[in-house]
Amino acid sequence: MRAIAKQERRATPELEPQRRYKMVTENVNVYYGDVCAVKDLTMKFPEKSVTALIGPSGCGKTTYLRCLNRMHDMTPNARVEGRVLLDDADLYDKSIDPIYHRRKVGMVFQKPNPFPTMSIYDNVVAGVKLNGVRNRAILDEIVEDCLNLAYLWDEVRDILRKPALELSGGQQQRLCIARALAIQPEVLLMDEPASALDPIATQKIEETIQELKKDYCIIIVTHNMQQAVRCSDYTGFMYMGKLIEHGETKQVFERPTDKLTAKYVQGQFG
Amino acid sequence: MSHENRQQKRAEIRAMFKSNVRRRLWVDKIMVGAVVVCALVAIIPLVWILGTAVYSGLPALSWAFLTEEPGAVGAGLISIGPAIQGTIILIGLSSILGLPVGILGGIYLAEFGGGGWLARQIRFFMDVFIQVPSIVLGIFAFLAVVLILGHFSVWAGGFALSLIMFPIVARATEEAIRMVPWTYREAGAALGLSKMAITLRIVLSQAKKGIITGVLLSVSRVGGETAPLIMTVVGSSVFFEDMDTPMDALPLRIWRFSLQPYDEARIAGWGAAFTLLLIIFAIHLGVRYFFMQEHGGKGLRGVLHLGRKVR
Amino acid sequence: MPKRWIQRDEKPRRWLLSERIFKYATAAAGAYVLAVILVMALQLGFESAPIWEEEGAEFIFGTDWNSVPGRESYGALPYVLGTLITSALALALGFPLSIGIAMLVMIMPKRLGRPLGYLVDLIEAVPSVVFGLWGLFVFRLYFRDYVEKPLHDTFGDSIYLFGGTPFGLDILTASIILAIMIIPTISSISREVMSAVPQQQKEAAYMLGSTTFEMFRMAIFPYSKAGLLGAAMLGLGRAVGETMAVTMLIGNATGANAMVSSLFDAGQTMPSIIANEFLEASPVGLHTPALIGIGLILLGVGLSINVAAHFLVGRMVKVNEGPVH
Repeated sequence: MRAIAKQERRATPELEPQRRYKMVTENVNVYYGDVCAVKDLTMKFPEKSVTALIGPSGCGKTTYLRCLNRMHDMTPNARVEGRVLLDDADLYDKSIDPIYHRRKVGMVFQKPNPFPTMSIYDNVVAGVKLNGVRNRAILDEIVEDCLNLAYLWDEVRDILRKPALELSGGQQQRLCIARALAIQPEVLLMDEPASALDPIATQKIEETIQELKKDYCIIIVTHNMQQAVRCSDYTGFMYMGKLIEHGETKQVFERPTDKLTAKYVQGQFG
Repeated sequence: MSHENRQQKRAEIRAMFKSNVRRRLWVDKIMVGAVVVCALVAIIPLVWILGTAVYSGLPALSWAFLTEEPGAVGAGLISIGPAIQGTIILIGLSSILGLPVGILGGIYLAEFGGGGWLARQIRFFMDVFIQVPSIVLGIFAFLAVVLILGHFSVWAGGFALSLIMFPIVARATEEAIRMVPWTYREAGAALGLSKMAITLRIVLSQAKKGIITGVLLSVSRVGGETAPLIMTVVGSSVFFEDMDTPMDALPLRIWRFSLQPYDEARIAGWGAAFTLLLIIFAIHLGVRYFFMQEHGGKGLRGVLHLGRKVR
Repeated sequence: MPKRWIQRDEKPRRWLLSERIFKYATAAAGAYVLAVILVMALQLGFESAPIWEEEGAEFIFGTDWNSVPGRESYGALPYVLGTLITSALALALGFPLSIGIAMLVMIMPKRLGRPLGYLVDLIEAVPSVVFGLWGLFVFRLYFRDYVEKPLHDTFGDSIYLFGGTPFGLDILTASIILAIMIIPTISSISREVMSAVPQQQKEAAYMLGSTTFEMFRMAIFPYSKAGLLGAAMLGLGRAVGETMAVTMLIGNATGANAMVSSLFDAGQTMPSIIANEFLEASPVGLHTPALIGIGLILLGVGLSINVAAHFLVGRMVKVNEGPVH
């Protein structure tokens, strides 16, 4: 018992107690069929901060991230146990439809996935229109604002009516960020948003993240440790479906408490 | 825009979002209801047809009904013996004419043609040809066989049906051969076998199940075809005599029954329809069972939509 | 396919020859389909030449249909229109139903969706003539009494379409049976086309907080538009060529009587006029060439619809092969 309690403390450190936690997960398990992909994960995400999830491929980072948005609902034979709290409301409460939560949790996927038949403009406002906002002026304003935040406005201000597919890969990814921001979420999940991009686009997206964290709780899954160091405040290291270490980014990378973490951040495996 | 401004703006926009979720969820539920109704609208006729066939057709069945020649209406006995016999003969003949072409064509598409120009054209036109109205094939068989031989014949009917059969079989063979792992061919090549030997002895035996499935499904399709038989085998009320005379077939007989204004004919029509459905569904369910065992039914859908498969 | 078949030093000559024969035999079997289409088109054209010479454009645009020797006159317009109208009606009724079924199969758990899909596919296995028999002896009677008569009594005087005498053997009944018959074709292809929409597209829609139906509208329908159109075209192709069920239900009017004036009128389609009259047509005279000419039109219409459909479905798949950008 003592050992378990100790490990739990290590897994979820009290990060600056004065900060409010936007999102909390308690004992989350994710199964694909009989295979357990995420084991007993307890983690807290403070608001107005960036938390990076790192770990070798197949360690369950993406799987975990997707259950913060109930994206597993659509995967047949995936099953989620445990509690995911957003502002103290349980995402997996059976009496509440997931779309109530999805409005508050935006997500950017690994590969850019704009709607190919829609224009740039329509892509950004797709989610806003769902929420019943039809006023042209307001939509225009949201589009400009969100594209600005995603550092895309200057590049597309004159081609808003063109199909989204005419943009480059990096621009498409930033368009996806703008689309996720347009529904004014409170939490932004990013699943390796820069993995398919060139260095310049990556840099732009990292700048975007720095800007966004003034307001949002951002959780970013990344393969790239430099990226985690550059843009996150907290880092969680996952291995084989478990959270091995969680703390301030500086501490995790410079003075890791766990041997496995130390090995990983020094690039000895992964 | 300063940070505070932006935050305020965001709150304003959020406030603008209507809490329409409840309404949207209702719309969603209504749509689910609507698509369930769609499915029912399609399934009800199927069940209705099968039900009527059993309810009205079963009483008509008897040994004599299935095996004897149809007498005159009103004589108390209407039978479909020649029709069943004719359908079996037609299936056999169209298989003899259509299967070799179909299987060889499928081998060409899978093994030799690859993605070349000719193979692409053949594949495309086979898919198109599967959809050509069957009555046009009947006219073609009439012009190409009946007019040349000078009389209606079983040959013409078999030829018309083989035209329906071979593209289906060819595409099924192609799909089945593509499923055979490349390593089998390499193993054959390592034994020093020629390509022909590898294809015929190794690949075909591996692709056997898929090919048989395609053949059976094409047989079930051909067995129910009526239109091309009208101007080729015409129909008859006696048992098969020789290849150069008209012959009866189940679907033709059902059509003839439907044209007669007597209750007896109606009942006999359902009896014949029941028999035809029994044959066709036995093939279908047999194929499904046959396939379910190894593939969990997965390969079936592909095979069922031969040629209409999205490639 | 890599060209690395055995290059042995001592290739027996006979082997090589049989190899080559085998290859050419398979190629010939494949090319058979091209030959059949070509010969068929030529032969239909050749055999129907007399009617084109005699009637010219009048054969397509005329409405007379008289096979009495000496007063022969053939115009196929009523049948062309009959085919187009019944097929269009069948498509209008069948397409939404088919899309609905495809959607249901997609949103249902696989365990239930698969049997449902199979059940719908079974409709395709029911022979056309059995559909006709059911329509003639069962469906028509209910449809006449419970749908056509009330419609006629209520709207017959005001709405042109519901005029005529409801008898059950008419354009509407034939179209409804056709609609049921083309459902399996359309729904199975649209299911495949819609399943080909990448998962990321659906996730993008869900991420924005859409309901399942909104996800279809936002991600699936726009993405698979071309393929769905192709599915509809294939259904249309099937409806255009459908013979027996239509022949048994459409009432078989000929000539000017077959011009469509109301949904409750007897009509005639291209396949049904061929099925009805081909055997009675005398070998001399123009009756047989006229029917063959209709067959040629039917072949042309059928081929062009299906070629268009395959291009659309094929294009859809090409879009899927590449990444989104």
